[in-house]
Amino acid sequence: MAIGLVKVRCKSIAIFFALTLFLFGCASESSKKDKIDVDISDVTVNDAAKVGVQTARQIFYSLPSPLETAMILKRAGAKYNEEILNPVEKINRYNTNKSMALNLGIYSTDLSYASLFDQTQASIRYMSASKKLAEGLGILNAIDNTVIQKLEENVNNREVIMDIISETFLNTNSILEENDRVAIGSIILVGGWVEGLYIATTLVENVQVADNELVERIIDQKLSLSTVINLLEQHKEHPDVKDVLEDVVSLKVIYDQIQLSVSEVEAVTDESTVTTLRSKNVSSVSPAIFASLKEKVANIRSKYTM
Amino acid sequence: MKSLIYILLIGVFTLFALPGMAQCKNFAKKVCKLELSPFIHDGNFNAAILTEGEDAELFKTFYAGQEYRISVCGSESITKVEFQVLDVQRKVLYTNTSRNFAPSWDFKVEATQQLIILVKVHSNPASKPEELSSGCVAIMFGLKAD
Repeated sequence: MAIGLVKVRCKSIAIFFALTLFLFGCASESSKKDKIDVDISDVTVNDAAKVGVQTARQIFYSLPSPLETAMILKRAGAKYNEEILNPVEKINRYNTNKSMALNLGIYSTDLSYASLFDQTQASIRYMSASKKLAEGLGILNAIDNTVIQKLEENVNNREVIMDIISETFLNTNSILEENDRVAIGSIILVGGWVEGLYIATTLVENVQVADNELVERIIDQKLSLSTVINLLEQHKEHPDVKDVLEDVVSLKVIYDQIQLSVSEVEAVTDESTVTTLRSKNVSSVSPAIFASLKEKVANIRSKYTM
Repeated sequence: MKSLIYILLIGVFTLFALPGMAQCKNFAKKVCKLELSPFIHDGNFNAAILTEGEDAELFKTFYAGQEYRISVCGSESITKVEFQVLDVQRKVLYTNTSRNFAPSWDFKVEATQQLIILVKVHSNPASKPEELSSGCVAIMFGLKAD
């Protein structure tokens, strides 16, 4: 009896999935034609249908990519220090989806940081490590076999190398989205973001130095922190995301003690084609709070990379 | 045997379901990304299938000193894609309607800011009332290298 019930349920579930997927398949076919037919008998006027559509607003939260993080670090005066990166030799320790995703993000930031400082051999090592982790996560073809060769062929061309790195990130992100694995994608991004914060906080020797741009960029992460939390909250039912969210929330407790006020923004376009968004941020952090932030970031990063 | 048929059915229907997002990726890579040149794409993928009248919002922090290019583009079937850049108080800082729906905008921020990119798919006045066009809309960011 119980077995019969299970069979009936299995059949029902299979039929439900088949129908659901068929409906999605139809939607996908519709988008192939780029048209959705609306039965006007269901609505009195066309505008009513459009108002209905407007209720479905999609929200995206975009974190700085590993490439952007590395560029921000370099622009803020960071120096290159390979010793603080996560050694590629640790790769065999990462066997779970969570550890592979976090360290794919971490290695991606290390790869971007190394490449911006023209460290070609390190870049190749981190690209190879990223490739292995991407494959471990089942993201096949995101980083194909020609990528390493292309890096080697362009050792003196930083712009091409950055383009290659950007392309691999895009492939990884889009493949995860196609396969409905956005939660894993968000863990990768947060891993990369934590690594950027780790590199930045480790490189700051004296927080009291005036006009320390690196410290300013670390404080600025208070603004990205809300994006990180919102991004993770979208997938908090996922157990791995839930763990990472707890870590990020523990960082927020410290960031809440850091002052950052943002003035009104004004857009100014001069004769150039580039618009400047003018505003002024006022921020302050005490050495004690900075030290606790540095320690917390190091603890989280150590937990992810051990 | 029946279970196998159900599994096959699911597999077949899954194959039909996938092309929408895959096409969106190809569109973003082959069309939208080109708009970013000579800026370097940051590597993030933000794209969705939107229908006339729909809108989407993206939240992102932009960092002091870095020059950015935003590129927002819609596939052929979508005639006009408006994008606005808003601050966190939702004050409009830029709208591409003032530049004939230009697909990209270059800017830099004096101080690090969180901004909102609001994307709206305008209705096509020529489309039949029983049809609403839909297509891929991609929001991509380029970074100016030193």
